[in-house]
Amino acid sequence: MNRDLASYKFLDDAGDLFRFTGRFFQQWFKPRYEIAEFIRQCYIVGYKSLPLIGLTAFIMGLVLTMQLRPSMLKYGVEFELPAIVGIAIVREIGPVITALIFAGKIGSSMGAELGSMKVTEQIDAMEVSGTNPFKFLVVTRVMATTFMLPVLLLLGDAISLYGSYLGVNIRGDTSFTLFWMQVFKNLSFNDVLPAFVKSYFFGFAVGMIGCYMGYTSNKGTEGVGSSANSAVVLSSIIIFFLDLLAVQITDVLGFN
Amino acid sequence: MTEVQQATNKDQTMSITSVLVIRHLYKSFGKNHVLIDFNLEVHKGESVVILGKSGSGKSVLIKCVIGLLKPDQGTIEMFGQNIPDLDHEEIDQVRARVGFLFQSNALYDSMTVRNNLEFPLRRHWIKVTQEEVNSMVIEALEDVGLTHTIDMMPEELSGGMRKRIALARTLILRPEIILYDEPTTGLDPITAKEIIGLMREIQAKYDTTSVIISHDMNCIRTASDRVIVLIDGKCHAIGTYEELKQSDDPKVKHFFE
Ligand SMILES: Nc1ncnc2c1ncn2[C@@H]1O[C@H](COP(=O)(O)OP(=O)(O)OP(=O)(O)O)[C@@H](O)[C@H]1O
Ligand SMILES: [Mg+2]
Repeated sequence: MNRDLASYKFLDDAGDLFRFTGRFFQQWFKPRYEIAEFIRQCYIVGYKSLPLIGLTAFIMGLVLTMQLRPSMLKYGVEFELPAIVGIAIVREIGPVITALIFAGKIGSSMGAELGSMKVTEQIDAMEVSGTNPFKFLVVTRVMATTFMLPVLLLLGDAISLYGSYLGVNIRGDTSFTLFWMQVFKNLSFNDVLPAFVKSYFFGFAVGMIGCYMGYTSNKGTEGVGSSANSAVVLSSIIIFFLDLLAVQITDVLGFN
Repeated sequence: MTEVQQATNKDQTMSITSVLVIRHLYKSFGKNHVLIDFNLEVHKGESVVILGKSGSGKSVLIKCVIGLLKPDQGTIEMFGQNIPDLDHEEIDQVRARVGFLFQSNALYDSMTVRNNLEFPLRRHWIKVTQEEVNSMVIEALEDVGLTHTIDMMPEELSGGMRKRIALARTLILRPEIILYDEPTTGLDPITAKEIIGLMREIQAKYDTTSVIISHDMNCIRTASDRVIVLIDGKCHAIGTYEELKQSDDPKVKHFFE
């Protein structure tokens, strides 16, 4: 059988990614724990992506509100604008946009960073220096993305809603308190929880794929670039698939 | 070889104390047979050069020695332990006594020179105070003559300086054996000479054993006690620089032209 067929290659790669993920679960609870490095990575991950996530979230909230206003006006329910925007942002747009920006910023930089560490033998050098490079580099990074994305999501949602508040006030006049009251009157725990939970999975996927692409990258500078690129592409696709899966699960569990 | 001869050979090597003994080493990647029955014995305090074409498996050989690659067959005895058999903790203990200078330096480019040097120290010797670390870092930098670079990033350094910093990082744990992977490749002749000079100084100062991979004739002439020619995955010829230079073997001659 022709092993070069694209589908075989795809299955091969998918198998490698699953094995890599398996290795993560095998190693993450075993000592020695790289706590300091984990905290450093959390800081880097948050610090690097917060400005970008904040900016896109703000614009998203503002634009979404302004785009929705005409239709709302047509049906005479423009006073429901904060409520509908709140639902849209908290349930879907916030988590997905945040995760995509996160993948573009953090996934690619992890792919490139680990990729260049691999080709310049820095990963081998760590191993020789009495360090398990998988734990030190991969486990800490994946944990950092998993824990930081939900935090970034909360900040992103808040900024996004603030953008929406401004959007409401460009044409209308709603006080700050009234705006938030309308948003929260409509939002229940069942809206917030699934979105929050799925962002852990998004964060995990971004970290895992970024690290996998970098850690297994090929020799040569071209290898590093393509690791970064495939990290972004694959994690973006996976985010949408996870989102699709999440909506089915919440539906079955009755979180609606 | 008869059994008696084998036995006497063994006795002799015991008395010289070999620090590294490689026997019947095989390593292949798929159909690419890189090492085929490679044998080598390195004695304490000597400096052995391994000579071979690009792609002949020199890096693979020393990566097997340090445990970064697992050989398919054969034994690698270092300090009396067989490297391929060791588990993670045991191999870390061996690695704390061995220095490895990477072909591409492998400096951590997200860390300053200071943190690069501290890394192996903090990782191998968990109970070490900040003062001890500082003084060891300074001393290692003094050994390579680059104390002023301590707070620089690797990207701010020239190729020769990076090689020296990498050497300092290798030295910092006071290794008993240092494995050099092409220490002078890619450097201009003058810098290469300086690096060779440094290697000789280190050898004298700390009484280390060196295994050096090189095709640089200058390096081989000045830094080797013995030269091993690696061809087709085997130890093709062995001898001092002068002996091999006089050799009639066309394959060996080829290197010395
Ligand atoms: N991780 C690996 N996977 C597959 N093949 C490898 C791997 N490492 C080395 N090889 C192959 O082993 C052979 C020897 O490689 P090696 O790096 O040891 O050469 P070398 O003698 O060090 O050459 P150079 O002087 O260019 O550094 C090459 O054919 C290479 O393709
Ligand atoms: Mg090599």
